[in-house]
Amino acid sequence: MSANDAKAEVVIQPSRGWAALNLRETWAYRELLLFFTWRDLKVRYKQTLLGASWALVQPALTVAVFTLFFGRLAGIDTGAVPYPLFSFAGVMVWGYFAGSVTRAATSLVGQQNLLKKVYFPRLIVPVSSVFVGLVDLLMASAALACLMAFYGVAPTARVAALPGLVALAVLLALGVGLWLSALNVKYRDVGHMVPFLMQTWMFLSPVIYPSALVPQTRTVAGWEIPARALYGLNPMAGVLEGARWSLFGVGSAPGAAVLTATIVALVLLFTGAAFFRRMERDFADLI
Amino acid sequence: MGDAAAIRCEGISKRYRLGRGRSGYETLRDRLARAARGLLGGGGAPGAAGANEVWAVRDVTFAVQPGEVVGLIGRNGAGKSTLLKLLTRITEPTAGRAVIRGRVASLLEVGTGFHPELTGRENIFLNGAILGMPRRETAARFDEIVAFAEIEKFVDTPVKHYSSGMYVRLAFAVAAHLSPEVLLVDEVLAVGDAAFQKKCLARMEAVNRGGLTILFVSHQMNAIRRLCARCLWLDGGAVRLDAPAEEAIAAYERAHLAGDLRGAARPGAPAEGASFVSWEVIEPRGSGPHTLNGLGTVRLAVTVEVRRAIAHGVHGVTLYDADNRVIWGWAAYNLRIEPGAVEFQYALDSLPVRPGRYTLHVSLYDENRMLDQWTCVPDLLVTTPPMTHPRDEWSGVLNTPCSLSLAPARAAPGAGAPGGDL
Repeated sequence: MSANDAKAEVVIQPSRGWAALNLRETWAYRELLLFFTWRDLKVRYKQTLLGASWALVQPALTVAVFTLFFGRLAGIDTGAVPYPLFSFAGVMVWGYFAGSVTRAATSLVGQQNLLKKVYFPRLIVPVSSVFVGLVDLLMASAALACLMAFYGVAPTARVAALPGLVALAVLLALGVGLWLSALNVKYRDVGHMVPFLMQTWMFLSPVIYPSALVPQTRTVAGWEIPARALYGLNPMAGVLEGARWSLFGVGSAPGAAVLTATIVALVLLFTGAAFFRRMERDFADLI
Repeated sequence: MGDAAAIRCEGISKRYRLGRGRSGYETLRDRLARAARGLLGGGGAPGAAGANEVWAVRDVTFAVQPGEVVGLIGRNGAGKSTLLKLLTRITEPTAGRAVIRGRVASLLEVGTGFHPELTGRENIFLNGAILGMPRRETAARFDEIVAFAEIEKFVDTPVKHYSSGMYVRLAFAVAAHLSPEVLLVDEVLAVGDAAFQKKCLARMEAVNRGGLTILFVSHQMNAIRRLCARCLWLDGGAVRLDAPAEEAIAAYERAHLAGDLRGAARPGAPAEGASFVSWEVIEPRGSGPHTLNGLGTVRLAVTVEVRRAIAHGVHGVTLYDADNRVIWGWAAYNLRIEPGAVEFQYALDSLPVRPGRYTLHVSLYDENRMLDQWTCVPDLLVTTPPMTHPRDEWSGVLNTPCSLSLAPARAAPGAGAPGGDL
């Protein structure tokens, strides 16, 4: 009877060890993923005066401050690219990444009422919070295009690589976000840690200064340390340098850095997803 | 043939660890401290884990055939809600297995996933998606849902401006139009006014003619009688009786009066500390020691066996109604209690609550350490004659006498006098 019956069958039993990723089921719920993304976007700027223009006001003000302090006062050398342009690209991409990681980290705890009452693949929650930021990124890109026109910097064919680099940032944000969101369910310390983590990470990434500012090697207490190579292990270095390279068409392709970033992103993504699945079964009891 | 069951549970069980896990979450510091204690060998009490475990659902086996409507009854803490949470995959079983065939929808709480800032229209679609209804289907039933919820004028108003009645109606309307094959419902009919409850029951009955399988948790025996042919009675996490609804309800109510219920699953009482033993109504006592009848001074007594002197005792007592709402709660602090059997006696001026079944819950702590907590067995039965409005939906929570006299207005003429049709 059961063999030729088309009815869906759900088997409920304790899972042991490392569960399969079960991406098929997550895919079946893709509509819910879009709904969550849409809801977050919709609710985001409710009851604000400036509404969606916050997506532009924030990076614009940040860039103004950076230009004043790092561009003018500190005189950071950004080569052929004017400092405001340089930092806007950095702030925009970094802002997407940091915002997405922060949102993802607290996403499960923020949805606890839902997690305790309805079943759906929990993966959807952090994934949707990584998607939400893409709309802001899109708006900021439009602003950047205007800024480029103002400074007379024309995009080259390399700009075709930009979507790939954004995708890399998405995967990276998701990888980190999966780890942090699952950890945050059990250890709320994560929520306190994330702002500090993101701030430190920003200073370790070429957001307000170019990677070229980091020396190739540095001698500390008699040991020669390959500073630049270590710096390149930061996956966001590849994403940010790559984004500037494709947008402004200056310098040589940061191929090695982008490759490193890709590898790190994939490792984080797979381990993050596996860890998330393992923790998932206890979410409703722990949260 | 056995494979055709819509719901089949085989020895499904769920264990919770008290103190950790279910309530409160562990901080990283706790974890590190625990790890450190473990490394130092001893210090902590590794054996304590076993004593703090509770089997909320234990070895439950049953099958529900397609089209069958089965009620799930039992007192608070008997494991009904946990069983539904297992079947809806919100939480994973510790042991055992269950198979559900067909599209499942669950209704564990109305308005799950509603966002206050979104409009009724937007929430209908969002809630549909959360409950697993494709967007096309929601769109096709949209008008029907709005009409059922009676919110036509407010579809484009954010739900934060809705009255609680509108909110509940909208939430149930979405769920009632899901057209699943298996529906799991937990006590949602307790909310909402009586007229709407009837409408929901009627809707569920109508849907059921299409062969919908329903597992239905309720404390409202009338709703169970009306909807279900068969009933599962859960007691202490296990199935106590699986029988035709009338028979199961009758047995359940008999057991209630006899005080023969295990109540909430309790952790194995710790060897030291204290444990609650029994309770009774001293006055105004009705037909039995757990029956309260009348409005005068109420005296209740709870007996606790204290095994070790308590220096800073904290004792809490809470009264729940049949829908698990807190009706009354009270606590006493800084109690010094010597070992031995102690009777806690409470005196209240009056307990003017509607006749019905209530549950007392008591707890005893020494500083922050819980010594024992107990969902008092049997339930408190209030048999005071009703003095409120004859119609159920207007009679409220309190049962207090009232008198009315008509007299000329004393002050402002605007203060309207009530009609004299009583």
